[in-house]
Amino acid sequence: MKQLLLSLALALVTVHLHNDAYSPANVTIHTGDTVRFVNDDDDAHTVTSTNGWFDSKGLDTNGTWSHTFDKAGIFRYFCELHPFMKGTVTVTDVHA
Amino acid sequence: MKRNDFLSHVAWTGSGIAYALSGAGIFTGRALADAASATQFVQISDSHIGFHQPANPDVGATLKASVDAINAMPVQPKFVVHTGDITHLSTQQQFDDARAILSQLRAPLIALPGEHDVLGSDFKTYRTNFGIKDAEDGGWASWDDSGVHYIALINVFNFEKMGLMGNDQLTWLKKDLQSQYQQTPIVVFTHVPLYALYPQWGWTTQDGASALAMLSSFDHVTILNGHIHQIVTHVEGNIHFASATATAYPQPRPGTAPNPGPVTLPHDQLLHAIGYRTVRLDNGTAGIEQHPLG
Repeated sequence: MKQLLLSLALALVTVHLHNDAYSPANVTIHTGDTVRFVNDDDDAHTVTSTNGWFDSKGLDTNGTWSHTFDKAGIFRYFCELHPFMKGTVTVTDVHA
Repeated sequence: MKRNDFLSHVAWTGSGIAYALSGAGIFTGRALADAASATQFVQISDSHIGFHQPANPDVGATLKASVDAINAMPVQPKFVVHTGDITHLSTQQQFDDARAILSQLRAPLIALPGEHDVLGSDFKTYRTNFGIKDAEDGGWASWDDSGVHYIALINVFNFEKMGLMGNDQLTWLKKDLQSQYQQTPIVVFTHVPLYALYPQWGWTTQDGASALAMLSSFDHVTILNGHIHQIVTHVEGNIHFASATATAYPQPRPGTAPNPGPVTLPHDQLLHAIGYRTVRLDNGTAGIEQHPLG
């Protein structure tokens, strides 16, 4: 039962890729939460971890990509096609 | 279109029709013989095969139109160089579609990768489809033709610091240039501009200054790039820079929009903003003629 309640509490946060920027650029979630990235631009983008932990690969217009963060920490990412696009996901431990 | 550009464009087209009618592939005549005496090549760039947005709903058609116009040149260029972003998302299908069009070129093709061709740090797919023949292990290359030293550099490897050449390539470049005479005309191809054209939008090469320092001691250096989808020229000493238009769609002039990206224009204006260019080398000096598609 505790497991079920925990899973129901998991959140889905959406980050839009718009005008060559992540919006919001910084999000804070709990472990187990999922961030969904949606490309609203006419141009392609990526969501690529700076330390190689995750990579959306090429995300075309209207493309979406989701990633579930299981570990606590600060995860920085950028767009391989537009390196000036930067974002951060801060994950706090749900048990903390 | 400037009048001179328009006249040269018409001249090519007209001669191309004559060539097609003759069908023999053999030309005589003073004008054509003169044209053949100078080294001439063609640059195309940023085809973004796989892009399907209002800025250009059919990027295959505009690349094909460029290829057809180049094939119609009465004297074929020594080669056609594609300065990157052949595809939009580096997929095999997009490489297949690009190859189906580019393989129709009558002149040899030399294709550099743009960052759109190596997404996911996948250099292999580009290299399998379009890698430069006899390139160094890293993919970059140099060759000599008709007294000109050509260099193809790759500055799209490190995405986070794009553009970046890296120490291995810089070391190779230094060695490559050591064997050249100061008077030898040097033509360099890159995807991302080698100088700080507009760093705010990533239109720069972080370690480009090291390469430019090596090139600065030569009498005639021409550096041609893509990436920014528009003509921008710049001079530093003996080094002449010229960015090319795309075959796909234009981007905003630096700083005139909140961000770079595809610019949507009426179709006739789009055709005027994209196309190919001929580069003619006379005694080391590069004469560039733009050939918009409309």
